[in-house]
Amino acid sequence: MFMILGYPAPLMFGQLLLGLINGAFYALLSLGLAVIFGMLNIVNFAHGALFMLGAFVAWGLLNFLGINYWAALILAPLVVGAFGVVLEKAFISRLYKLDHLYGLLLTFGLALVIEGLARNEFGSSGVPYPIPSILQGAANLGFMFMPIYRGWVVLASAIMCLITWLVIEKTSIGATLRAATENAPLVQAFGINVPRMITLTYAGGVALAAFAGVLAAPIYSVNPNMGANFIITVFAVVVIGGMGSILGSIVTGFGLGVIEGLTKVFYPQGSSVVIFVVMVIVLLVRPAGLFGKGA
Amino acid sequence: MTLSRRSLIGTAAAGATLPLAGHSARAQATGTIKIGLLNDQSGPYRDTGGTSSVAAVQMAVDEFASKGFKVEVISADHQNKPDLGAQLASQWFDRDGVDVIMDVPTSSVGLAVAGVAKARNKLHLNIGSASAELTNGACAPSVIHYIYDTYMLAKSTGGATVKAGGDSWYFITADYAFGKQLQSDTTAMVLASGGKVTGSVAYPFPGTTDYSSFLLQAQSSGAKVLGLANAGGDTVNSVKQAKEFGITMRIATMLMFITDVHALGLDVAQGLTLTESFYWDMNDKTRAFTKRFVPRSPNNYPNMIHAGNYSAALHFLKAVTDMGVPAAKASGSAIADRMKAMPVVDECFQGSIRKDGRGMFPAYLFQVKKPSESKAKWDYYNLLQTTSGEDAYKPLSQSTCYFLKS
Repeated sequence: MFMILGYPAPLMFGQLLLGLINGAFYALLSLGLAVIFGMLNIVNFAHGALFMLGAFVAWGLLNFLGINYWAALILAPLVVGAFGVVLEKAFISRLYKLDHLYGLLLTFGLALVIEGLARNEFGSSGVPYPIPSILQGAANLGFMFMPIYRGWVVLASAIMCLITWLVIEKTSIGATLRAATENAPLVQAFGINVPRMITLTYAGGVALAAFAGVLAAPIYSVNPNMGANFIITVFAVVVIGGMGSILGSIVTGFGLGVIEGLTKVFYPQGSSVVIFVVMVIVLLVRPAGLFGKGA
Repeated sequence: MTLSRRSLIGTAAAGATLPLAGHSARAQATGTIKIGLLNDQSGPYRDTGGTSSVAAVQMAVDEFASKGFKVEVISADHQNKPDLGAQLASQWFDRDGVDVIMDVPTSSVGLAVAGVAKARNKLHLNIGSASAELTNGACAPSVIHYIYDTYMLAKSTGGATVKAGGDSWYFITADYAFGKQLQSDTTAMVLASGGKVTGSVAYPFPGTTDYSSFLLQAQSSGAKVLGLANAGGDTVNSVKQAKEFGITMRIATMLMFITDVHALGLDVAQGLTLTESFYWDMNDKTRAFTKRFVPRSPNNYPNMIHAGNYSAALHFLKAVTDMGVPAAKASGSAIADRMKAMPVVDECFQGSIRKDGRGMFPAYLFQVKKPSESKAKWDYYNLLQTTSGEDAYKPLSQSTCYFLKS
């Protein structure tokens, strides 16, 4: 058996793959954040809570209405997206003219309220959500035992990231959206309803979080803290990638997942801080982030 | 007047104590006993204690008749932070006239609060923490550790696992006081029984949700047993992911509560062995207790921490009645001594408290039922073995508690 840096190769390959799986979640979550920040200039701290809400909606659909995982994968983002529309219309839309800090405080407060209510209702140990039957089991890759469901998570996230990127960068809707963020009055003058477009963008970003929540439900226990555990890391990913950069958040999401995975082998106690160490270094060298457009 | 640093500090200290004196004088005058519950009300250990522990203590207070004095229950969330726990404890004792601090899970916080109580000769009834240090290196005359500890878990779950052939271990450990203590107690147990430990990995607490990486390291170590030296939501995630990654090792959940089994679901949890000192479906008394408790805590049935809080509060109130409110308020060690002198008898626990503050109750080794065996809601355990308090806990002869020697 050959070794890599003193560790057996199969163990290292396994860790790389696990890093990619976690990176898939980071990428998907930071993508939603990047879309919302890039288009709305809102630092959406409620993202983790909405991710959690996505998982709970999937759980509720299954337990109360008997709706299965595949339908939940589409329905839960729609439900949470609709909730996002309400949030945007009722609260967030009032803050566009103010400093970023207000948006941050408001969404942070919203996150606390949503998580608090969920905790009151469900406790903190969470509720179980089964892996859909055709994705159960595992494949023996030779160097590790790969649960089929985790493979699906990587695939689904990658596809979702690609679709989002294509929509924003390559379609006329995306072009209009980007134009609206540059110069809203001008785009409005062309007869486009900019406020509605912004509302839908927020809903879209939030739906991405809910989609990640449904993907996460069978892996982690569906619990009110699941978003809070992710959100700080995901923010670090967004900052490293460059605030608002779609491509940046996808690439750094996967990349940092791998770095974190390797840290878990070499120095497990440090695995919760390694991302922030990277963040500090990146900010020192490139203050706008790896893919940022420059301050 | 020249201002020296010393006089400044003196004045500040006098100023700070003034309002406290007024506060506690008022509390004493009305003859009110104040119980403070400090635990995790929002994090990974919320369901193992949390608001259900508060409900259990309130229930004990409501049911304790003929007291002739008032009892007030307050609670706060320590967020698993030792500094915050110690700060709240000092504030409660010094300013708010709290007479006893109860529960306090998360060993790092439990040890900090025990230190605060010791320095003030105030009573601390620890129910939620696991570290056996509370009655050893960190023991105090006014600290009682009620229903379980790491030594007892190592002996019961660890001992049974080694006996069943699990003689080589790999640990996944929460990187703080509790996890380390549980790992070291279990390691001692495994070595003493002729087994060996092939390795361990410590992960950051709190905040770790993905254990797959550690699980793979454990699997590649070649050990037969995976020892999980963690608790609450961490254990739930570890077990769930171990199943997912097809870990073939025998899993020893060194600390697991019925609330964790509920969160996992029987499909995943079936066959696990674990140790608790209370099970709601043990006998008529525990069932009667549970029937009254559940309406107060609709999300979960009682685990040993909830029942332990109920029992400890009752026992405390009996001791206060016995010695009178003024005497009980005056000295934490006096009330602790009284509690140690009285046998513990209630619906949930029967036993005693040893002179080092160790609660002496039987430890029950349970196996989680298969889904097909479970006939009702929360019908989760089969009893495998009972270890008496004397056998389950570290004998006094090995104790490192300082005041036993004097």
